[in-house]
Amino acid sequence: MLLSRIDKPGWIFLGILALACLVVPALNLLTAPGSAFHVPTYAVSLMGKYLAYAILALSLDLVWGYCGILSLGHGAFFALGGYAMGMYLMRQIGPRGVYGNPILPDFMVFLNYKSLPWYWHGFDLFPFAAVMVLLVPGILAFVFGWLAFRSRVTGVYLSIITQAMTFALMLAFFRNDMGLGGNNGLTDFKDILGFNVQAQGTRVVLFVLTALALGLAYLVARFMTTSAFGKVLIAIRDAESRTRFLGYRTAHFKVLAFTVSAMMAGVAGALYVPQVGIINPSEFAPANSIEAVIWVAVGGRGTLVGAALGAVLVNYAKTLLTGAMPDAWLFALGALFVVVTLFLPKGILGTLAERLGARRPKVSTDIPPALAEEGRGS
Amino acid sequence: MRRCLVLLLVAWYAVWALPAAAQTGSDAAYARLASDSYADIEAGIAALATSGDPKAGPVLRALIDNRLFYRPDDKALAVKDGAALTDLRTGAAVSPDGFKPVRVNNRLRRAIDASLGTLNLLAPDTATRRSAADAVFKARDAAALPALDTALARESDVGVKRSMQEARAAALLAKPGGASEIDRLAAVDTIQARGDSEALAILRGLANDPAQSVRDAAARGVSGIETRQALMANVQNAWYGISLGSVLLLAAIGLAITFGVMGIINMAHGEMVMLGAYTTYLVQELIRQKAPGLFDWSLPIAIPLAFLTAGAVGILIERTVIRHLYGRPLETLLATWGISLILQQAVRSVFGPTNREVGAPSYMSGAFDLFGLSITWGRLWIVVFALAVFVALNLTLKATSFGLKTRAVTQNRRMAAAMGIRTPWIDAFTFGLGSGIAGVAGVALSQIDNVSPNLGQGYIIDSFLVVVFGGVGNLWGTLVAALTLGVANKFLEPYAGAVLGKILLLVFIILFIQKRPRGLFALKGRAVEA
Repeated sequence: MLLSRIDKPGWIFLGILALACLVVPALNLLTAPGSAFHVPTYAVSLMGKYLAYAILALSLDLVWGYCGILSLGHGAFFALGGYAMGMYLMRQIGPRGVYGNPILPDFMVFLNYKSLPWYWHGFDLFPFAAVMVLLVPGILAFVFGWLAFRSRVTGVYLSIITQAMTFALMLAFFRNDMGLGGNNGLTDFKDILGFNVQAQGTRVVLFVLTALALGLAYLVARFMTTSAFGKVLIAIRDAESRTRFLGYRTAHFKVLAFTVSAMMAGVAGALYVPQVGIINPSEFAPANSIEAVIWVAVGGRGTLVGAALGAVLVNYAKTLLTGAMPDAWLFALGALFVVVTLFLPKGILGTLAERLGARRPKVSTDIPPALAEEGRGS
Repeated sequence: MRRCLVLLLVAWYAVWALPAAAQTGSDAAYARLASDSYADIEAGIAALATSGDPKAGPVLRALIDNRLFYRPDDKALAVKDGAALTDLRTGAAVSPDGFKPVRVNNRLRRAIDASLGTLNLLAPDTATRRSAADAVFKARDAAALPALDTALARESDVGVKRSMQEARAAALLAKPGGASEIDRLAAVDTIQARGDSEALAILRGLANDPAQSVRDAAARGVSGIETRQALMANVQNAWYGISLGSVLLLAAIGLAITFGVMGIINMAHGEMVMLGAYTTYLVQELIRQKAPGLFDWSLPIAIPLAFLTAGAVGILIERTVIRHLYGRPLETLLATWGISLILQQAVRSVFGPTNREVGAPSYMSGAFDLFGLSITWGRLWIVVFALAVFVALNLTLKATSFGLKTRAVTQNRRMAAAMGIRTPWIDAFTFGLGSGIAGVAGVALSQIDNVSPNLGQGYIIDSFLVVVFGGVGNLWGTLVAALTLGVANKFLEPYAGAVLGKILLLVFIILFIQKRPRGLFALKGRAVEA
């Protein structure tokens, strides 16, 4: 039974999400703009953005926290999902673009495209785009993971090649020849499913959808990690060779986890784009992917809830700090990386759980010292 | 009737003047210019062109500008300069009475232009003669052939002589059916020996030559030149590739120590490079203000300083952060990434976000020509410098006591400690060495890249890929990998473009790591989990 697998932090997390789904729309739609309780629409979108990041963090925690795969390229899956959604939104503009071309988006008219590139076909249909949001990152992750895990590329080597992957994609998407808007990316969206993207109501619905997606992603990840499948994942994380010697095909487990995680990241990107209003190649920047890793580390690796918490906290701090002291943000982020790895290796949630003397999270984040020593010198 | 008379007069005059021209050269030519007959003037121009008279050039230029006057009475010539007339023979000022302008038409203007070119072929100055020959080569003017023959007979400079022969060959080939088959075949050989794209164009133009042998020779010449040009393009690409490879080597070699030898994932490596570049900037600023004469010494001064600065920062990072994270490579990666953000922002706060100007010393600027290959001094020095750093680092690891201890600690830490090696110190200094080398790389990279807080970011991924590609723990692997990637990149660029070439290489490395996860030159071992 799925419900019995949800632990206490999980229930609290789901409860908060449900509450947010009710309270935020109510405070936005039902209160007067001047009132003290009013949540402005931009803030709703901002929170929606945080929640999209939380889904990304959750997907990363699934592979890093439970399978020991430190992907420095999850931003690529996020951005690919975002581009799939962006392409749908571009097609929805129709003849309302600056050049008024009913088929071609503005940037294609500008670049003298005569007809739509083949990969743009079908993106005028939402169901197709929605499937692509899952499929494109999923297939990339499957192929990449299949190649990498089958040849036993592990640890930092894997991290480096995932980083190279997102770097290569960034360079590719920056090219105008790619037919995806070059360095301007895709923007100036008008409608989603016939509703105005800018409208207050649409924004609130998008927020609620993102919150629901986050809850669903949590349930999927929780289900995966607490199942027998999840036990093998954890075994792979802690001692891959031993697991292999026990007869498990570790590569298959890793590929599956990696692919599911990439699809989640794709969904996060797809929800992110209509709320932010733009997707461009800088989303592929390796720095973005590493930043997502620190969200997970801050919240607590291998806790799922912690990853989501970390994403929201770090991004809220980013919003506050870049507004108040723009120069200080990179100092703070850098310090966060150092402090968390040195003094808070279990993250906020892991440390809290320990301090309170409460039941430890069912999934241990400890790596046995003997194994840590084994991993040395790689 | 009168016209006939004039013609007769001209004919008689020509008969009379010919022996005179043989005797006194330019005087007879001048005499012919002093006429109102176009035919006469044209003959005069042609005679003047081959006379070698030093005044011929100014006179012809005066003629084309309508500044040449003559007195029909005594055939005296005068050049008008401003308002005054100067007698050509005596050089004295003369009154304009009785002088009439020498008339020119378009036909004569063309003749004058050609003659001026011919005159240059006989000029006393080597550079003028060479450029005149080149002009004839480009124009392929058959009319210049007699002048070229005259000039060739007199020419003593080997280079200019070759230019003239090429010009002569081009002119010969341009004149349809104007020369014997043997002459034309010889001309084809001369043109082929020149071997550039101009020569290629001339030889291609011979595809319809009436003589079969000339057509064949031209076709052979075309393919010969094309082969040579393709070869030169490859050599050029190889050189650019080596140059890029040496930059990659410089950026990666410090990482080959910290990552390759010690196994530390130092994401702040690029920032060490940046610190080296900013050290160079500071040294140059100081020299500009205090001792401008020392500017050429700025790089030699900056190298040890950059090594010490980056090395000290490296040791500081090792002692405060990395030391606590040994055995946890992924955490090290995150912590050093954080350090890199802090260092970037610190430099941005101190020096500002804009690019800083780092000048090139005199020996770094300019280029020289090597068998048709243009090589810039800056690039050459960077290649030399990269190799020097590589050799020095290899010697440090292989031939010093410190290097011995480093290798001992990385191979078997506990045994090394048992032998009395202070492993924490070796860790710190090895990391300092790798960081210091990165700083030294920064000095070189400041010469070819923008010195900005983001300088290091551009190199970090490349550096890691070079080290991983070459095989961890192996400096030679790093060398081979850097040069391979550099050359491969430059050979891909013409086909795929710069960005796509880079993407292809990244994809190649990603696939390569799947095939050989331990790189080109993997350390042999039996470890289950390396």
